[in-house]
Amino acid sequence: MQRLMNMRDDWHRFLDSDLFYSFKGSRITVIATLVTVLMILAALFAPWIAPHNPFDVATLDLMDSELPPMWLEGGDARFLLGTDSQGRDVLSSMLYGLRVSLVVGFAGVFVAMIIGVGLGLLSGFLGGVVDAFIMRLADMILSFPAILVALLINGVALSFLPQEVMHESALYVLVLAIALTSWVQYARTVRGSTMVEKSKEYVQAAKVIGLHPLLIMIRHVLPNVLGPVLVIATINLGLAILTEAMLSFLGVGMPPTEPSLGTLIRIGNEFLFSGIWWVVIFPSLTLALLVLAVNLLGDWLRDALNPKLR
Amino acid sequence: MNNNKTNSGALLDVKGLRIEFPTRRGTLTAIDGVSLSLKAGEILGVVGESGAGKSLTGTAITGLLERPGRIAGGEIHFNGQRIDNLPSEAMRKLRGKQIGSIFQDPLTSLNPLFSVGRQLIETIRTHTDLTPRQARARAIEMLTQVGIPAPEQRIDQYPHQFSGGMRQRVVIALALCVNPKLVIADEPTTALDVSVQAQIIDLLKTLCREHGSAVMLVTHDMGVIAETCDRVAVMYAGRLVEIGPVQEVVKHARHPYTRGLMGSIPKLGEEVEHLVQIDGAMPRLSHIPQGCAFNPRCPYATARCREEKPEFANVGQGEVACWLWDGVDPATDPDRLFSNVTLAQRARQQADGVGSAPKKSMQACEQEV
Amino acid sequence: MLSFLIRRLGQSLLVMLAVALLAFSMFRYVGDPVTNMLSQDASVEEREQLRESLGLSEPLYVQFSTFVVQAAQGDFGISYRNQRPVSELIAERMPATLELVAVAFIISLLVGVPMGVYSALKPHSWLSHVFQTLSLIGISLPTFVTGILLILTFSVTLNWLPSFGRGEVVSIGWWSTGLLTASGLKSLILPGIMLGLFQVTLIMRLVRAEMMEVLRTDYIRFARARGLSNRAVNFGHALKNTLMPVITIIGLQLGAMIAFAIITETVFQWPGMGFLFIQAVSFVDIPVMSAYLLLVSLIFVVINMIVDMLYFMLDPRLCADRGTANSH
Repeated sequence: MQRLMNMRDDWHRFLDSDLFYSFKGSRITVIATLVTVLMILAALFAPWIAPHNPFDVATLDLMDSELPPMWLEGGDARFLLGTDSQGRDVLSSMLYGLRVSLVVGFAGVFVAMIIGVGLGLLSGFLGGVVDAFIMRLADMILSFPAILVALLINGVALSFLPQEVMHESALYVLVLAIALTSWVQYARTVRGSTMVEKSKEYVQAAKVIGLHPLLIMIRHVLPNVLGPVLVIATINLGLAILTEAMLSFLGVGMPPTEPSLGTLIRIGNEFLFSGIWWVVIFPSLTLALLVLAVNLLGDWLRDALNPKLR
Repeated sequence: MNNNKTNSGALLDVKGLRIEFPTRRGTLTAIDGVSLSLKAGEILGVVGESGAGKSLTGTAITGLLERPGRIAGGEIHFNGQRIDNLPSEAMRKLRGKQIGSIFQDPLTSLNPLFSVGRQLIETIRTHTDLTPRQARARAIEMLTQVGIPAPEQRIDQYPHQFSGGMRQRVVIALALCVNPKLVIADEPTTALDVSVQAQIIDLLKTLCREHGSAVMLVTHDMGVIAETCDRVAVMYAGRLVEIGPVQEVVKHARHPYTRGLMGSIPKLGEEVEHLVQIDGAMPRLSHIPQGCAFNPRCPYATARCREEKPEFANVGQGEVACWLWDGVDPATDPDRLFSNVTLAQRARQQADGVGSAPKKSMQACEQEV
Repeated sequence: MLSFLIRRLGQSLLVMLAVALLAFSMFRYVGDPVTNMLSQDASVEEREQLRESLGLSEPLYVQFSTFVVQAAQGDFGISYRNQRPVSELIAERMPATLELVAVAFIISLLVGVPMGVYSALKPHSWLSHVFQTLSLIGISLPTFVTGILLILTFSVTLNWLPSFGRGEVVSIGWWSTGLLTASGLKSLILPGIMLGLFQVTLIMRLVRAEMMEVLRTDYIRFARARGLSNRAVNFGHALKNTLMPVITIIGLQLGAMIAFAIITETVFQWPGMGFLFIQAVSFVDIPVMSAYLLLVSLIFVVINMIVDMLYFMLDPRLCADRGTANSH
């Protein structure tokens, strides 16, 4: 009961906070949140809301191929956004593609966060050679554009893996490639906070009572950096989704058997000149809208939590 | 142009100035009805705690108030001309040429990417018709006047090649290079080493006397005020509480706040410990108390002080906004007034009475934070 | 200044060595280079011979140093896929990429900097809001989507501009340029816009943020307090201070554009290095991949050095030789 009351208090405090005020005040942020949540829900429930199963070859009919969107001449009411050259429903493929894009994006950000926070803590706490090594590595990664590093990691991983498992492991390789290119920001932030905390007395005190100082620091540093880390994560989510899409578009990401939005755009792009524009346009717009919404959210969060910029 | 409401002969006349900041939780009044004037060549000190609105007043006079702050009432007259509503271009021409400014921090006042000479020459040429060569000569002359050694060489150096004190000298040269009639110096020594503070103040005073410029010296250093100024204005929570000749204000302050600031000691001496300290903190702009803004911290506050805002009244040679002086002969010696038995008793009661007043204000502040 | 430059040079060499090590281990350990280079039916003697000539039986550090020395001389070996020297392939493709990047870079500067300055000076005007919105859309729109939309509009629907290739090129020595023919120039428009658009938004946001920061500084307020004209304050003082940090990032962006050209080149089938690289990645053509990486790293390192030197020339605070006489 007490707990419930506390939660209600917290909720009211949140409703009264500057953060929520600035959220309400920015209509575009509200819309962006709505779009993001809708997309996540659509991806989550894709198997239930998609009108067709694009992976079930039995349901495909070549007679249905290259149908334009429903509202155009020759459109079919069964296929809202038209069909591709195989007779697959574009809307259904997109819903499944969105699912893959979001999974890779979220997983990439999550793994990057784990790597970054871990290395940052280690770097800040141990200092010395470890710190120097991690930070030089970070500098090096930062001095190259993310897409190049991701391409490289992806390329190397794929060439090491045997052909047979390549398709199944594409998703993991992508997540890893994205994570390895984007952990640096987290690491730098956490490292800074850790170094500040390290010199404080309670860390020394923890040593005296026999606790491992690293444990204490994790308990104290993590809550402090939670805010910035979340902001970085939100901003990086858009970037992760984009990176995945780019790699898939370039043909080194998700295979056509398990397409993401980027793969769909790549496939659609091949039919650009045959007049079936809907195959490429709808996934493109969905991807753009998703990234835009996530970026808007990240931008707003950064501004709202960073009083210096206000 | 002369308006009969303005103080005749005043160089600068601020009347009922009111500055507001609209925020999401309502409008904050940062400056509330400040009136002050300066005669040509006069040095007016403006004192008060941080956040009292001293700098803001100066900013408003130079027309550099930044959004969302705005002048919501009152008038500013300069040289007989109303300037608070001047178009920005006309105001710009006045700035620098007629009204010079000196900022607090010399380390950040100068553009690091331009040589000192270029910044001086640029300013001189903006306001005069001098040729580049003449302007350069004038710049060197100014650097000499502010006491920079070897100005012919140093003029081409960059700000980072000067020490803090030297940079403030350059800033003074920049403020005075076209002989403005008024200089607004906003805490010109706060950011400097104690050892050079006196030199800079001295330089400022001498130069302004030579150039015939009036100075509005914003500071919270009472020592500087006592040594430098002709008159003093004391601000508290965006309001003017007392203004008068420097000797009067420093030695015979009429407002309880000023007395606290000066740490002045009444001649009879019995109630010393209750007079010298001011408990509590200045209220935030969003929570300025009703009545006299100082009432929660004032040892003499009465019910009236908590309800009615005191009017500004002529007392002695100055003016004061305090109900204690209401109905008292303006010629009364303030020291005698404050040592008056009833007042002293009230102060003692308030201090003993669980020290309620100041504590309350502190609590209010804590809740805010 | 000299010691700083030497230190930077040392760091750059270290980065290059690290990249070289990466490229080398890719070459050495991804698959068997000998199998990759020879056809299926090569005899055992042929294999041994190649193994010898590649020096694969030498100790590793010797192999690595040979690799570095050869790479430094522009010898990256033979492409597995094309069976031609990699250096030849790259030299063929380089002009296409560099011209594309140069055009896009110029577009992005000419459009991005004025937009950023304007929206910093007039943050509340409607045009600034439009710029802000456009930049957000621009930064969120995946570049290949931009490219596809451009092709769909200007090539497929309107049929105004070509959608692939470089058009006619003229050779000047080993450099082939598309800048001298009408079809070459027309071919550059869409890819140039696609590659430049993303940079426009980046540069605009950067310039805007930086300039707004500068406009809040004391020295700008002091410049205003001295009554300098708006033009002198905004374009004399503020702009110069804004461009100082912007130069660094714009410089780095030039490097990023070479990387992003991979996508543009894929969309427009532009015969540049990026297209070559992406083909090499899908065919696991290691020599081409490692050569591209080393080359791009080299370009990055060189750009970084140039940016550092520019900084020295522009910022008096870093110019030690102008004398540090500090009078206290």
